[in-house]
Amino acid sequence: MALLVDKHRPRSLDTLSYHPALSARLRALAQSSDFPHLLIYGPSGAGKKTRTTALLKELYGPGVEKIKIDARTFQTTSNRKLDFTIVASVYHLEITPSDVGHTHDRVVIQHLLKEIAQTQQLDALARHRFKVVVVNEADHLSRDAQAALRRTMEKYSPNLRLILLANTTSNIIAPIRSRTLLIRVPAPSVEEIAQVLTSICARESWTPIPALHARIAVDSGRNLRRALLMYEAVRAQHEVVTADTPIAPPDWEALVGVVAREIVAERSAACILRVRAKLYDLLVHCIPPTVVLKTLTWALVGLLEEGGDDGVKGEVVRWSAFYEHRIRLGSKHIFHLEAFVAKFMRIQESYLMGMDLDF
Amino acid sequence: MAGFFDIKARKDAAAAASSSKAPTTKQETPRTQPWVEKYRPKTLSDVTAQDHTITVLQRTLQASNLPHMLYYGPPGTGKTSTILALAKQLYGPDLMRTRVLELNASDERGISIVREKVKDFARSQLSNPPAGPAGVEYRKKYPVPPFKIIILDEADSMTQDAQSALRRTMETYSKITRFCLVCNYVTRIIDPLASRCSKFRFKALDSVNAAKRLEEIAGNEGVMMEKGVTDALVRVSEGDLRKAITFLQSAARLVGATQAASGKVKEGDAMDVDGESGATVTVAIIEEISGVIPDDTISRLQSAMQPGKKTSRYSSVANVVTDMVADGWSAAQVVSQLYEKVLYDETIPDLQKAKITMIFSEVDKRLVDGADEHLAILDLSLRVADVFAEE
Ligand SMILES: Nc1ncnc2c1ncn2[C@@H]1O[C@H](COP(=O)(O)OP(=O)(O)OP(=O)(O)O)[C@@H](O)[C@H]1O
Ligand SMILES: [Mg+2]
Repeated sequence: MALLVDKHRPRSLDTLSYHPALSARLRALAQSSDFPHLLIYGPSGAGKKTRTTALLKELYGPGVEKIKIDARTFQTTSNRKLDFTIVASVYHLEITPSDVGHTHDRVVIQHLLKEIAQTQQLDALARHRFKVVVVNEADHLSRDAQAALRRTMEKYSPNLRLILLANTTSNIIAPIRSRTLLIRVPAPSVEEIAQVLTSICARESWTPIPALHARIAVDSGRNLRRALLMYEAVRAQHEVVTADTPIAPPDWEALVGVVAREIVAERSAACILRVRAKLYDLLVHCIPPTVVLKTLTWALVGLLEEGGDDGVKGEVVRWSAFYEHRIRLGSKHIFHLEAFVAKFMRIQESYLMGMDLDF
Repeated sequence: MAGFFDIKARKDAAAAASSSKAPTTKQETPRTQPWVEKYRPKTLSDVTAQDHTITVLQRTLQASNLPHMLYYGPPGTGKTSTILALAKQLYGPDLMRTRVLELNASDERGISIVREKVKDFARSQLSNPPAGPAGVEYRKKYPVPPFKIIILDEADSMTQDAQSALRRTMETYSKITRFCLVCNYVTRIIDPLASRCSKFRFKALDSVNAAKRLEEIAGNEGVMMEKGVTDALVRVSEGDLRKAITFLQSAARLVGATQAASGKVKEGDAMDVDGESGATVTVAIIEEISGVIPDDTISRLQSAMQPGKKTSRYSSVANVVTDMVADGWSAAQVVSQLYEKVLYDETIPDLQKAKITMIFSEVDKRLVDGADEHLAILDLSLRVADVFAEE
């Protein structure tokens, strides 16, 4: 059974459910024959990929939907073999260079893109002479891999257009930003998410429950993918769904909530030890450390709400940002998560003792 | 259906395409070319705004010698275009391929590979115009000096080791080759290399010259622009002409399309809708596609950061930040626009500004390291707000 997320994914620009002005803009670009390189960015779950797929269809027609998966092998200069997967139609292909990691993504970009750029569009009747390469997670590309794109984007522009997808433009080097048209895809608003849920009810022949939809929309943090998953779970877990049906958070989030409550309640070495096991558990289950840290931070700040001191909350955010940075630079994620927990206890302790925050 | 990487299919298709008489392997017509490529300067005199550099280089066309060169400057200021134009004017189209080697970041540039490539190229026979009257004609148009040029474009992405290895190579072949290194950051080129080169700085384009070039292009393409559009283009692209041209072209396509669509609707109208060229590009459209955060969004954040309100400052700042993150504004953009605002605010005392600058510096570094944007922006805003609250 297909998930709601996939089942009702719009396939053309006309059927995209929100940001109509943006859809119109993309259509105008697709219809002109001098389509630019694009850098499409926005938060996760905002629908960048869906929009890109719809854009490809506008560019080439339904033929782009016939895709196949290619497994390729590249050789690094040190003779290591890299396996790499490509999703391709006759007109376009889609790659995720971050799959091969920071040290090797450059090799993939150098070899693959040149090869594509030097071949002609196979279908002589194709609407555009150029092929499109969609690069997923472009903000995770190493600097060298990005640099490798620069001249290729200029020299081979008759044969090649890039669509770079990213959560943010901050890690995209200036020369690449200079070579692309930036397209921002904001997350849908809470109301727009609620509307999408309602429209799905119509297609699934469910009775719409506006109050529930609104709650899910808020809980999802304007992330449509998340909202759809939540809705699916609620529908699956409950025989009868009403406006008051509880929306259970995913297991891992519930666990982070437990951690937050424990460390607010007890500031001790023993508590750190207990919490460590849970944090480990989260990491073992592949929850990214940054997500754990952020979720924990928001939970802690929420628990501090009653006390309501702005200074303490600011302090918590400050150290959360500090240790998140450490996570990026370091290699032992658990250390930094634990250090944050200890720091939090310290902050709260000093606050309760009425001491000046002086570290 | 033939797959992308099916070599046989590709060959067959290529064969079929070339054997059929219909011109299926169409050349890219100017109409379908991105304007940045269409309007890439073809000769040195086409290069806008880099007057000093161009004057010096023009002189080398007359002289029969050329120093090693290092071009540096921000993206989209004409570095690659200039060296390509210079090479073309020196050698002419027929000899470009044999006399000029271009290596850029899309090429493998490890130590041994660069050395090999340079060696092979340097050692190959010096090509010359054909003997006889044709050759004489050719030499009249192009000086064809007796050396080859090696362009190392995007040289700042070469490793230090590869750069060191180049020193020897440069010396070994200096009789018959000239190097031109091109980069954004001159500091990333090791000193021993940089000191062997004549340096040419490419400045971000000044608004007068950039506007002139943009107007030329708009005129050529029949794009009508509202007053102030070129200023807006120069402002949002910060002197990056490539960016400005892309914005102009995209804006032209957008108004062209909407105009064409609305033209269809009111067909009977007396209004003269002359296809695409009838539409006018406005300042608003430029600002919209440039990705610059609108003033009122930044102001909302600023006012949430102000001290002395009843409501919790934490939650008002946190709410604005959450919204901005969900709206997809990138942290780097937020940081730079907020920085501008704070720095040019005369009401903020210098001591506070100094403290604030330190916070910006720290957060910028974190973002470059790939730190989480939401946490970074929230942290920045709260800490700056704390400084505002100090008396
Ligand atoms: N000084 C200039 N005069 C005229 N056109 C320019 C100039 N600078 C940039 N352009 C336009 O921008 C495009 C890109 O310029 P170019 O490739 O020379 O930039 P670059 O300096 O090499 O940038 P990067 O550092 O990103 O490689 C050109 O094709 C041209 O359309
Ligand atoms: Mg360049």
